[in-house]
Amino acid sequence: MKIGITCPYSWDVPGGVQQHIRDLAEALIDEGHDVSVISPADDDTPLPRYVTGAGRAVPVPYNGSVARLSFGFLSTNRVRRWIKDGGFDVLHVHEPEIPSLSLLACWVASGPIVATFHTAIPRSRILLVTYAVVRTGLEKINGRIAVSEAARTTLVEHIGGDAVVIPNGVATRRYRKADPLPGWPGPGGAIGFLGRLDEPRKGLQVLLKAFEVLGQERPGLRLLIAGPAADPGDVLDRVPAALRDRVVLLGQVSEEDKVRVLHSVDVFCSPNTGGESFGIVTAEAMAAGVPIVASDIEAFRQVLRGGEAGELFTTGDAGDLARAAGRLLDDPARQAALSAAALVAVAAYDWSVVARSVLSVYETVVLGSTQVAVTASGGEFP
Amino acid sequence: MIADIAIVIAAALFIGVYVSWRAGRIDRLHARVDMAQAALDATLVRRSSVALELATSGLLDPATSLLLASAVHGTKDITSRPRDLAESDLTRALRAAFSQPDFRASINGKEGADELLAEVEAAAHQVFLARKFYNDMVAATREAYLLAQAPTVELELARRSA
Repeated sequence: MKIGITCPYSWDVPGGVQQHIRDLAEALIDEGHDVSVISPADDDTPLPRYVTGAGRAVPVPYNGSVARLSFGFLSTNRVRRWIKDGGFDVLHVHEPEIPSLSLLACWVASGPIVATFHTAIPRSRILLVTYAVVRTGLEKINGRIAVSEAARTTLVEHIGGDAVVIPNGVATRRYRKADPLPGWPGPGGAIGFLGRLDEPRKGLQVLLKAFEVLGQERPGLRLLIAGPAADPGDVLDRVPAALRDRVVLLGQVSEEDKVRVLHSVDVFCSPNTGGESFGIVTAEAMAAGVPIVASDIEAFRQVLRGGEAGELFTTGDAGDLARAAGRLLDDPARQAALSAAALVAVAAYDWSVVARSVLSVYETVVLGSTQVAVTASGGEFP
Repeated sequence: MIADIAIVIAAALFIGVYVSWRAGRIDRLHARVDMAQAALDATLVRRSSVALELATSGLLDPATSLLLASAVHGTKDITSRPRDLAESDLTRALRAAFSQPDFRASINGKEGADELLAEVEAAAHQVFLARKFYNDMVAATREAYLLAQAPTVELELARRSA
């Protein structure tokens, strides 16, 4: 299948939507499809072979913050040429409600169009969809995908119509192998944590409490913590002075370092107290093959197959976490078994599986339709 | 004795005249600030309305339209963002739209395009002027306040040392 994908945000800025498009495109290419992505990008940014640059994105105020977007007749002309030259069977636009390339693509294209909505859209922005010029574009969409139940609810309630929910995948391949950080995990063993440090629902406070017990029992055990915080010093203040030099804070880390963190510990801990719909970090740890101990919230129970692919402890119970983590640290055979089970379980969330779900949406909308083409009326500029 | 009374009366008269003159001046300055503020408000409202007209005119691509429309919307929905910031956002959105290379050439010749663009530009320029005047008035009034306070302090000191 020849697939054209539009990205609304600058390719050179890290972001969830860009990451999603990259993983989806690469999974589709692996399946043997012909994929072309158009995205705003600085002219000197090295782009993957399958990405066409649509020129530099312009920083503009949008919805109370500054976004780097592509708009205007020059971008429109580039999108039109890309569609004309592409000869796509299906056009897949991401975030078409943002004033950028995806909206422009909807405007100039005819034929089968699929749209993916990533964010739950605040109400104030929905009102704008009533503007005729935007509505015309959105009404051309044949199939809609929402990446979460929240995004779907927004669509149903505020824009009308429905969407299929296809969640983000995990690029399991990227997590499989990495070098541990120098000196890790060390002879005394190490426990890892990833996530916002000052967001109570991420549960770091439960892990720190458990470490008070674990750290005293095991003189060499260390804690490796990666993630942003408004005031990282506050975290160390909560650790007893005697244990403080065994708690290492890395702050916010890059994608590559995140994988290395996962390979630097003996046990990974997901102590979340709620609010997770899927638990992407836990799935990434599974893909890295690190044994996991996680709270028994519904999301983790599901992804860890009720404890088969990871140790579960009572949510919020630091004592139970200390016992579960201690047992796991002492039992290399159990670690190996959980790691193997996690690798099998996480395969169900791999991008290759997600890409097949997306592909079946493509296959549905192309039925009885022609190729993607440029409309005669849509946005003619000299 | 009579001379003393005369001096007291003269001093009282002088202080009275001075105070009322000062109050009148501050009052005039305030009125001027109020007028400048009303003028600024009127130009902002006008700019919003012509910007929205441009956004919904069909002259622009939908992305630029949506960008402008959402910025205009922001200036009206003051619950989510302070108005001064929202108005600055609209300034920047208009600048981003108008500063595209060959922006004019891209819509030249379309029906009503020239008039509408001229109107938006005139409205934006008026906002620029009105904001400048308003800022000047506010600065001048603040200065007058500071100056007005100085003699009061001097009088106070004179009275105490007497």
